[in-house]
Amino acid sequence: MRTLRFLLQKEILQVLRDPSLIRILFIMPMVQLLILPMAADYEIKNINLGVVDHDHSEYSRKLVNKIVSSGYFRLSDYSPGFSQALKSVEADKTDLVLEIPAQFERQLVTENKATMLISANAINGIKAGLGSAYIQGIIQDYNKDIREQWVQTARFNQQPMIEVTSTSWYNPHMNYHLFMVPGILVMLMTIIGTSFSSNNIVREREMGTIEQINVSPIKKWQFIVGKLIPFLLLALIILTLGLTIARVVYGIVPVGHYYTIYIFAILYMLAILGLGFLMSTYAQTQQQSMMVTFFTTMIFNLLNGLFTPIESMPHWAQVLTWFNPVAYFIEVMRMVVLKGSNLIDIQHHIIIMVCFAVFLNGWAILNYRKRSG
Amino acid sequence: MKQFLIFVKKEWLHIWRDRRTLLILIVMPVVQIILYGFALTNEVKNSKVVIFDQSKDNATELLSKEIASNRYFSLVKNVYSYDEIEAAFRKGQARMAIIFPRNFQTDLLHTNHAQIQLLGDASDPNTANTLANYASSIIMDYQGSLNQNADLPYTINTQLRMLYNPELKGAYSFVPGVMALVLMLVCAMMTSIAIVKEKEMGTMEVILVSPLKPFRIIIAKTIPYLIVSFMNIATILLMSVFVLDVPIAGSLGLLIAESILFTITSLSLGIMISNAAKNQRIAQFISMMALFLPTLLFSGFLFPIENMPIALQVISNVVPARWYYIIVKNIMIKGLGFASVWRETLILAGMTTFLLTISIRSFKIRLA
Repeated sequence: MRTLRFLLQKEILQVLRDPSLIRILFIMPMVQLLILPMAADYEIKNINLGVVDHDHSEYSRKLVNKIVSSGYFRLSDYSPGFSQALKSVEADKTDLVLEIPAQFERQLVTENKATMLISANAINGIKAGLGSAYIQGIIQDYNKDIREQWVQTARFNQQPMIEVTSTSWYNPHMNYHLFMVPGILVMLMTIIGTSFSSNNIVREREMGTIEQINVSPIKKWQFIVGKLIPFLLLALIILTLGLTIARVVYGIVPVGHYYTIYIFAILYMLAILGLGFLMSTYAQTQQQSMMVTFFTTMIFNLLNGLFTPIESMPHWAQVLTWFNPVAYFIEVMRMVVLKGSNLIDIQHHIIIMVCFAVFLNGWAILNYRKRSG
Repeated sequence: MKQFLIFVKKEWLHIWRDRRTLLILIVMPVVQIILYGFALTNEVKNSKVVIFDQSKDNATELLSKEIASNRYFSLVKNVYSYDEIEAAFRKGQARMAIIFPRNFQTDLLHTNHAQIQLLGDASDPNTANTLANYASSIIMDYQGSLNQNADLPYTINTQLRMLYNPELKGAYSFVPGVMALVLMLVCAMMTSIAIVKEKEMGTMEVILVSPLKPFRIIIAKTIPYLIVSFMNIATILLMSVFVLDVPIAGSLGLLIAESILFTITSLSLGIMISNAAKNQRIAQFISMMALFLPTLLFSGFLFPIENMPIALQVISNVVPARWYYIIVKNIMIKGLGFASVWRETLILAGMTTFLLTISIRSFKIRLA
C-alpha cells in the first residue's frame, strides 16, 4: 500500500509540475465545449432559393412572395434563365432553383393545369430533400388559395384528408444543445483519457525512467493502478467542469441524477485509460503510440451515434460499435440527461463497461514487462 | 544543396526504418476512409418504430404495412398502450411511435377527416425530425392515392430534379468531407512531432550545430512526410472511386494537385505545432485536441456552415479542411474546373505560406 502511495505521489507531481500541460489540459477542452456545440446544429434553415421567372405574372410574383415570407427560404438569385441560375448553384450560392414557365398563369386558368420545375443541389441529400418538401408544401398551399378564388368552396372537405400531428418527447423544443453538449463532453474526455494514458508508459520508456521502476519492488498491478488513479481524478475534474458549463451556459439540467453520470463516468474512464495503457505497452516510441491512439480515438469518436445515427450504418459497422466504449457513454448520457434513466435502466451498459475495464486493464497488466528488450 | 539532400535522406531513413509507424501511416487512411465512407451517413434508415393501432381497420393496416416495408423504418412491434410506448423509448427500443386513433377509417370515409399522431423520441432531435418528415410523406402519398380519381381544377404540378446526386446518396457529401478530415489529421499528426522529438531526444543539438539554415531544416523535415502523403492521396482517391463508388466528375489532375496543396498546408500546420510544443506529449495533445473536433465540425460536411451563428462562420474560415472540402465537392462531384476553385486554392496557398513563415521565424537556433 505504501508503494502505491509513493507511486501516486510521483504521478500527481509529474502532472502538477508541468504548468503548460495543466493549462492546455483544462483550457482547451473547456473552450471547445463553449464553442463547438453552437456549430453542431442540424436544423435546416435559410435555404437559398434562386428563382427563374419566365412568366412575370401576378400569380408568379405572389407565389415567390409567399415562399420567401415562409421563413425557410432566402431569395439569393433572380435570374432570367436557368443557365444563369445553375451558375449560382455551382458557386454554392443557391440551394434550390424554382423555374416558373412562361404562360404559367394563362395555362393554369385556361388549361386547368400548369407545371413548375424545381431543381435542388442534391450533394447534401438531406437538405435537398427537406428543402424541396418545404417548397412543394408551400406551392400546394398556394394552389389551394387559387382554387378557392375560382371555385366556390364547399363547407366540408371534398376529399379525404389525413391530419398528421407530431409530438416530440424528452426534448419538445428540439434543442440540439441538450444532445450535443453532453456528447461533445464525452468525446473530449475520451481524447484526454486515451492520449495521456497511451503516451505515459512509452514516454517513461523513451526517457529511460522506466529502468528505475523496473528495478524497484513495484508490482505490475501497482504500477498500472498508480497511473490509473491520477488520470481518473483528472478526468472527473474535467467532467465536473464540463457539467458546470453545461448547466450554467447552456442551461442543461439532467432529468436523471448526477451520481448516475459520475458512476458510469468512473467505469468508463477506467476502460478508456486501460485501453490507453494497453496501447502504451505495445508501442516502442511515443510516435507509434500517438499514431495508434489517434487512429482508435478517431474511429471511436466518429462511429458512436452522436453525429450520425448508428441504425443507418451497414450491419457490419453496427457490430463494430458494440466494441466502442464511447457509444455506450454517449447513450448513457442521453438517457440520463434527457430521459431521466436511473442505474437500473442502464444496468446493461454498466455491465458491459465493467467488462471493458477489466479486460483492457487486465491485458495491459499482463502485457507490461519489467524486463527490457 | 548536397547537405540538404543528405538531411532529407536522414529524415527519410527515420521514417523508413521505423516500419511499424510507416505501416500505420499508410494503412490508417485506407481503413479510415473505408470505415467512414460506409458507416458515416446522415441518411436515416431502418429506424425502429412501434405502432399503436387503436382502430385496426383496412386503412390502418395498409398504412402500417406501407411504413413497415419502407426502407427508412423497421417495425419493432405493435404496442397496445401509451405506457408501452414510453417503456420502448426509455429502453431505446424505438425512435418513433405512430398512433392511429379509434375509428380511423370510418372518420376518414364519412367526415373526410382523420388524424394520425406521430410521437418522436427527440433526445436525438435530428433523427426525430427527419423521421417525422418521412412518415408524413408516406401518409401523404397514401392520401394522394385516395384522391387519385378526383380531377381537380386549377392544379399546379411540380417537377423535381435533383442535381449532381439524383439518388440522394449520402456518400456524395460525406466522402469529400471524410477525405478532408483524414488527410488533414494524418498529415498534421505526422509532422507535429518531427521537430519536438529531436528536442526531447537531445539530437536537436547535433542539427543546430550543423551548417543547415532553419528554412532548410524545416523543408527537409517536411519532404519525407510529403512522400508518405502522396501515397495517402493515391490510396484515398482509389478507395473513394472504386470502393465507395463516388466517381470523379472533373479533372483528376486538378484534384490531385489540389490535394497535394492541401497536404502541404496540413504538414505545415503540424510543423508549426511541433515547433511550439515543449515535448512530444504536448504536441500530441495539441494535435489531437485542437485539430480533431474543430476540423470535424467546421469543415462543413456534417453541419452546413451557413447554418452556424456568424461568429462561428468567421472562425470556420481558419480551418483549412473547410476550403479543401469545397474544392473536392466542386471538382469531384460537380465536375467544375479550376475557375470555380481558384479562390479556395489561393486561400490554402496563403495559409501554407503563413504557417511555414511562422515556423521558420520561430525556429529556435539555440537550445533552451
